[in-house]
Amino acid sequence: MANALHIVVCAGIVPDPLQTLEPVSGPAGPGLKNEMVLPAVLDPWAACALYEAAQLVAKNPGSKLWLVSLGPKAKLQQVMMTVGQKAAFELVPIDGPIGGFSDAHSTAAALAEAIAALPGLDRKHLLLFGGWESATRGTGVTLQLVGERLGIADQFQGVDQIALREDGSFEVLERVEGGKHQVSVCAGTPAVLGWATGNLAEPRNNPQVGMQNMRGMMPALQKAKSATLAANGLRYVSVGLPKQQRETRVEKNMSPDEIASELVEWITAE
Amino acid sequence: MDYRGVSALETILVLTHVDDSGTALSKASLEAVTAAVELSRRLSAPLTIGVLGPPSMEAAQAAAGLVAATGARVLVVSGEDFAQARYATDAAGCEALCRAAHASIVLLPGSSRFTRVAAGVAHRLGGVIDTHIAGLSRNGTIEAARWFYRQRVEAVISRDTRPWFLLLDPGTHAAFAGEPAAVQVQQIAVALPAVRTTVQGYRSPMRDAQTIRPDARLLFVAGAGWTKKQPDGQTHVAEAGEQILAFLRLSGASLGSSKSLADQKAEGKAGEEQPVLPFLTHLNQIGQTGATPRHAKGLSTCCHGEEPHAVGWRFIAERRAISLDPNCGWTRGKADVVYVADAFQVMARVNALLEARSLGG
Repeated sequence: MANALHIVVCAGIVPDPLQTLEPVSGPAGPGLKNEMVLPAVLDPWAACALYEAAQLVAKNPGSKLWLVSLGPKAKLQQVMMTVGQKAAFELVPIDGPIGGFSDAHSTAAALAEAIAALPGLDRKHLLLFGGWESATRGTGVTLQLVGERLGIADQFQGVDQIALREDGSFEVLERVEGGKHQVSVCAGTPAVLGWATGNLAEPRNNPQVGMQNMRGMMPALQKAKSATLAANGLRYVSVGLPKQQRETRVEKNMSPDEIASELVEWITAE
Repeated sequence: MDYRGVSALETILVLTHVDDSGTALSKASLEAVTAAVELSRRLSAPLTIGVLGPPSMEAAQAAAGLVAATGARVLVVSGEDFAQARYATDAAGCEALCRAAHASIVLLPGSSRFTRVAAGVAHRLGGVIDTHIAGLSRNGTIEAARWFYRQRVEAVISRDTRPWFLLLDPGTHAAFAGEPAAVQVQQIAVALPAVRTTVQGYRSPMRDAQTIRPDARLLFVAGAGWTKKQPDGQTHVAEAGEQILAFLRLSGASLGSSKSLADQKAEGKAGEEQPVLPFLTHLNQIGQTGATPRHAKGLSTCCHGEEPHAVGWRFIAERRAISLDPNCGWTRGKADVVYVADAFQVMARVNALLEARSLGG
């Protein structure tokens, strides 16, 4: 039980990456066209965090895993039908708006409030996980702000690996410039880890785990508190799709030698 | 902090840090200085430069050179505790600089060091932050351009709240050039919290060579097609690896990868699981769940160029692709030139030509 961990993963839901996105303006500000009906998935980097957390919990008896997610209840329920089969966790849903145009500070405040109120959470043993950036807003600040609100002064971003030690300390690999990792050793929990890809593959669906999760998820979704996200002075001057559409030259009849010559000229030209 | 009345006249602070040498400001920091100087001139706003790093006369002189060139005030937080990037100490140092500068606008380079702490510092000062800023403009108020949904939607934003922290994407501004000068800088004292994290150094996951080169002019992206069966019915993974590494050596390009290739595993010599191309890791990954690097040119090979890949190419100026599929995603307005050809054959000849040039030149 020396390394019993209380891991809270913050993870949002995002449109499936293969969907076409079209921004639209509404009374509440910008959004995506048909956003509520676009197929959604768990935020990819946050999903990596969830899989890493599940493995840590499995390896350290006495540990516990929560998944805190802010989004419309109906959408959360839909995504959790799949995610719930990947790992055993307790869902903490917050009923709120979907999308990347809301303010990160307000989102962080809602998440921090939910985490602080978790029954049974021992904050001395807390590892706060999430993706280092979302695939929606992509600011990479929400987790940091939640950590500050919870008073956690050991934070790591772009994490690809954590290695727990017997004495409760742990080694962390964080992505830095030039394809390198910074290696740090933290004395122990609590800490914030914003995950990059990590090293784990996506777990296979396990219907038994799904059934077990679902028993807690449905009541949690029914009781989910709603959050209104203030704009914090954030104003959108314009929102749109990039205009750049290239006139592509498709070469079907050039020989490998001709292509190579042209490419070398192009590569070496200033 | 009470900023009432300050927003009418903006005051600008640009936070910078030293590079790995400990004796000069990082390139991303100098880019942020350029952005800050431009903004301060447009707004006629006073500029302060904050420097974070180890005790270093050279770094102080480099910062002092900025005073001479920009007319800015320079504040320095220095000490051994700031020699390495760590949340607790960096956040305390940046907080002290911000409180001393009392700025309404804080610009920072989007380096890994400041990306780790900027939001925490903004929160401590009661401010707000926006990141990945690709451009700043003024239209009555300060406006910042950034991308949403992994570079698929672009937006221009503004905020009334101050202080407003803006983390600038590296590569969006030219690095500021100033000669070192012997000018006084103001040291700022920092009350450090208990330090529980020890930075032990850097580790490179590359076994053979450093393949990620952010300053390269060319990005070379390898897709999963390199590991697929070739016309002879066999896979040629070893040959693919040799060709790719040879091209990187000869061209100086940075290596990117599609997710599907980075995800592929093979059995290593000792029976362990390793990437199918052993020099490739998830750090090379470009796209939806990977990086969005900035390079002047990009060459894609054996990658079908669908949207999750192409979003990682948003900031590649000139794009070419080699693909066997004449209907691949690159042909639909995402690349300038698509060669419908076998990348094995083409890259072998490209390497031979580059080798001949290097021997001849």
